[in-house]
Amino acid sequence: MAEAALPARLPRLGAATWIVALAVFLAFAVLGAAAFPWAFEMPRAWHVPFAAWFGGFVKWLLNDASFGLFTFAGLTRFIAAALELPYRIVLGILSTGWPAAGLPPLPWFGVIGLAGVLGHRAGGWPLAALVAACLGFIALFGFWDSAMLTLASIVIAVPIGIAGGLALGLLAHRVPWFARAIAPVLDLMQTIPVFAYLVPILILFGFGPVAAIVATLTYAMPPMVRVTMLALARVPAEIVDLGRMVGCSRRQMTWRVMVPAARDALMVGANQVIMLSLNMVIIASMIGAGGLGFDVLSALRRLDFGAGLEAGFSIVALAIALDRLGQGLARLRSAPPTGGSWAARHPHLLAGLAVVLLSGAAALAWPGARAFPEAWQLSTGDFWSRVMREINVTYFDTLEAIKTTLLVNVMIPVKRFLLGLPWLGVAALLAFAGWRLRGAGLAALAGGLTVLIALTGLWEQAMTTVYLCGFAVAFAMLIGLPIGILAAERDWLWSGVRAVIDTLQTLPSFVYLMPAVMLFRVGDFTAMLAVIAFAVVPAIRYTVLGLRGVDPRIVEAGRAMGCTRRQILWRIRFRLAMPEIMLGLNQTIMFALSMLVITALVGTRDLGQEVYIALTKADAGRGLVAGLNVAFIAIIADRLIQAGAARMRARLGLEGAASGPAA
Amino acid sequence: MQVKTGHPRPTARLVCRNVWKLFGNRPKAWLERHGPSPSAEALAAAGMVAAVRGVDLEVREGEIFVIMGLSGSGKSTLVRCLSRLVEPSGGEILYEGRDLLSMSEAEIMQIRRHKMGMVFQHFALLPHMSVLENVAFPLEVQGVARGERDERARRMIALVGLEGREAAFPRELSGGQQQRVGIARSLAADPELWFLDEPFSALDPLIRREMQVEFLRLQRMLHKTIVFITHDFDEAIRLADRIAIMKDGMIEQIGTPEEIVLSPATPYVTEFTGAVPRAKVVRLATVMVPAEGPAPARHLPADATVAEAAPAFRAGADRIGVTDAEGRLVGQVHRDAVVDLMLGG
Ligand SMILES: Nc1ncnc2c1ncn2[C@@H]1O[C@H](COP(=O)(O)OP(=O)(O)OP(=O)(O)O)[C@@H](O)[C@H]1O
Ligand SMILES: [Mg+2]
Repeated sequence: MAEAALPARLPRLGAATWIVALAVFLAFAVLGAAAFPWAFEMPRAWHVPFAAWFGGFVKWLLNDASFGLFTFAGLTRFIAAALELPYRIVLGILSTGWPAAGLPPLPWFGVIGLAGVLGHRAGGWPLAALVAACLGFIALFGFWDSAMLTLASIVIAVPIGIAGGLALGLLAHRVPWFARAIAPVLDLMQTIPVFAYLVPILILFGFGPVAAIVATLTYAMPPMVRVTMLALARVPAEIVDLGRMVGCSRRQMTWRVMVPAARDALMVGANQVIMLSLNMVIIASMIGAGGLGFDVLSALRRLDFGAGLEAGFSIVALAIALDRLGQGLARLRSAPPTGGSWAARHPHLLAGLAVVLLSGAAALAWPGARAFPEAWQLSTGDFWSRVMREINVTYFDTLEAIKTTLLVNVMIPVKRFLLGLPWLGVAALLAFAGWRLRGAGLAALAGGLTVLIALTGLWEQAMTTVYLCGFAVAFAMLIGLPIGILAAERDWLWSGVRAVIDTLQTLPSFVYLMPAVMLFRVGDFTAMLAVIAFAVVPAIRYTVLGLRGVDPRIVEAGRAMGCTRRQILWRIRFRLAMPEIMLGLNQTIMFALSMLVITALVGTRDLGQEVYIALTKADAGRGLVAGLNVAFIAIIADRLIQAGAARMRARLGLEGAASGPAA
Repeated sequence: MQVKTGHPRPTARLVCRNVWKLFGNRPKAWLERHGPSPSAEALAAAGMVAAVRGVDLEVREGEIFVIMGLSGSGKSTLVRCLSRLVEPSGGEILYEGRDLLSMSEAEIMQIRRHKMGMVFQHFALLPHMSVLENVAFPLEVQGVARGERDERARRMIALVGLEGREAAFPRELSGGQQQRVGIARSLAADPELWFLDEPFSALDPLIRREMQVEFLRLQRMLHKTIVFITHDFDEAIRLADRIAIMKDGMIEQIGTPEEIVLSPATPYVTEFTGAVPRAKVVRLATVMVPAEGPAPARHLPADATVAEAAPAFRAGADRIGVTDAEGRLVGQVHRDAVVDLMLGG
């Protein structure tokens, strides 16, 4: 740690070699086309039919694969059945009831009452009120039935996701080779767009809620595994020693010492599972989950912004209720048994039973009471439609002019330029960057993955992705950095900004598409706007975190030397926060890539579109290959930026130079 | 603290013979190949970090055995070898004559549960448990029924002076209070061997003094066999019956505080002892001469330090009597001897 010393000017990373490399690259790009046409457009004969291979593999899994005692298809059928049963039960309680047995589902007030009791148990009256308000909001806007469908699959997916992630994380913590084996899989899982594995899951599990739950688990579990591994590794060595010293058995060590000691970090993981599961709601609805996601999607198709927004906020409300309930329950401690009757000792259980019985009886007696009365429902749909129409009518020409200017003068030329680049040159340049930033390993990774993208025959789509993503990230940083800088120095502003970006982050990404489409119709520009709106969040967050995290002693020293406020900001804070800001850039890229796949819905021609087409055609191989290409782009960007940030941190003498946190 | 002079030698509880701990690539096999005591050059050439090198020591029943050394000298590693939290790379450790290193995992677990207690530098309290639950934790692990373990835990909490804070959580306590909880917890299972790894290093100097006094009070009641780690020479002198001074994984000298201060074995030990006021270490037993003439007016026990006798001389006495544990007169100390010791020695 540099003791209150001002950081030296950043030494340049061998600027001369970079300039030479760039010059060679550009010269090749401009002049090389005639001599080496194959370096610009890879001959078809070289393309490797990965898609066909993957497709064949999935078919083989489905039809022939066998593990001796049982077949792979048998296994998926078993998993499906194991998920189906609890799902049906929960669904019966919340939504469908059992008409055959004459049993109605729990009416809306019963569910709210039950949630309130649970809230009271987990966090007293404030939490009970919050949970009830969240569910009430959903009922008020007329999304009750959809929300119960969504809730049913979430109620199944979240506990399995948390428990499974915890189990895998524990195993990885205990068995080193398993940790090594699982690390690259986790990396891939977090960068492959969901759409890519939707098709194989569809093929293996069939269309329906079970496939949706499997997809949700596939998406939401990896972060829990990673968080668990990190959290366990960070348990202080002394606590581990303590556990061994008092003679804990393995089980006691895990459940009485390690897991509780890592609880706070594990809670972050559980929160992630809930949030990611709710993120998946919309995509899951594409493969038959129905529910709120379906409402958002159909609103999007109708371009009904108001309905989409309300459905989106209903998802947010559900997310908040579930998250706070989960946090509260996890913080509960088993109170020592006190005296009194059974009823006095279990007031919440009793209250819950009473709510279920009373509301169930009410629903049986008055079937009309089951649904939330329509007369009470609200809708802001008209209002939003009017706002949008108003904006469109008034500002149509202005908006159109902005769009055209940007497209014609900036975006299209850049797109042409990028599409004209030779794959070989790009691979060489990225390999050079990898070599300069870390060494031969990174060079091989960056260059190799680039060549692999070219070999799949999707080079053009990949470069379109890079172009869209690049623009979106540049704009997101241009917007995010100033906001972050302003907010970092002003507490009141930061608390406001934080509330907004937290909401933005829980709002399903599809919701961003709607206003963009309504104002600018379909196309690259619209896609870019939606991506910017989604990806600006990490740009702001990491800038603020970085600037606020600068060692106050160094700022103090700067002030003592008579630096002006501006000098302190630019010369000290900003430079020291640079590694964090780089990580923010990294996250912005990841967010942008994940959103980009969704914008395929508004007609881009990038890898996202490729994935989406594969989804509609149920072509498992094509979707996976396109998805893997997105993952490769993400991994290249991630590793290069991490290496750059690590170098910077080392140069600034900040701790942990060797180990940049994984994205 | 007890006077050792004249008593039969107490039995050794814990014996280390040529204990080694290397960090590196397959250290056990390497140590077997390179003889019982490899040289520093051989270790460096093989890329081994030697945290503990050829340690011989014995801890006797009922004594406070302090291991003193600077940061990185291998104290923590050594004390973790003694409880096999760290697997030694070579050597022998005998607990009550049984070879600790050949025990199975299950046997060592039983020994840790019932015979050993440990206090940690950073307290190692479980953040999700109350004070009571933390203290009862070793008993819970053993499967002691709730009523009994709570009752024993309450007794331990009272012992360290924290009654009334049973329901508090660690984060609500000050550092000193947290370490009291750590001490109560380490005593809950009534161990015979008590390890303390720099228990007071994370505390403010004033609190540290208070905890040292408290610790000595506890030991006078409990008579545990104690291995106490510190990097603070003053603390070592204040608490120890015997001190082992460690440097670079090796023991430089073992002896009573008096022996170490009066006859340091190596230049390294001399460096530490130079600044220590002799009068605070040397006991009357060392400077007394056979009693003669009329019985002196004032008496002090033989294990009192010279510094403790100083007020008596300042009050005008020119010699004082020295008594043993039973109060019998065994010798006397002259003012001149005391002045000599304080001035130069
Ligand atoms: N797991 C390990 N791997 C490699 N080296 C280790 C390991 N644990 C300890 N060491 C090394 O062993 C030496 C002794 O460490 P130890 O923690 O025992 O010292 P210490 O005397 O307790 O120091 P402190 O007063 O700082 O606690 C140090 O040089 C340390 O770097
Ligand atoms: Mg130590």
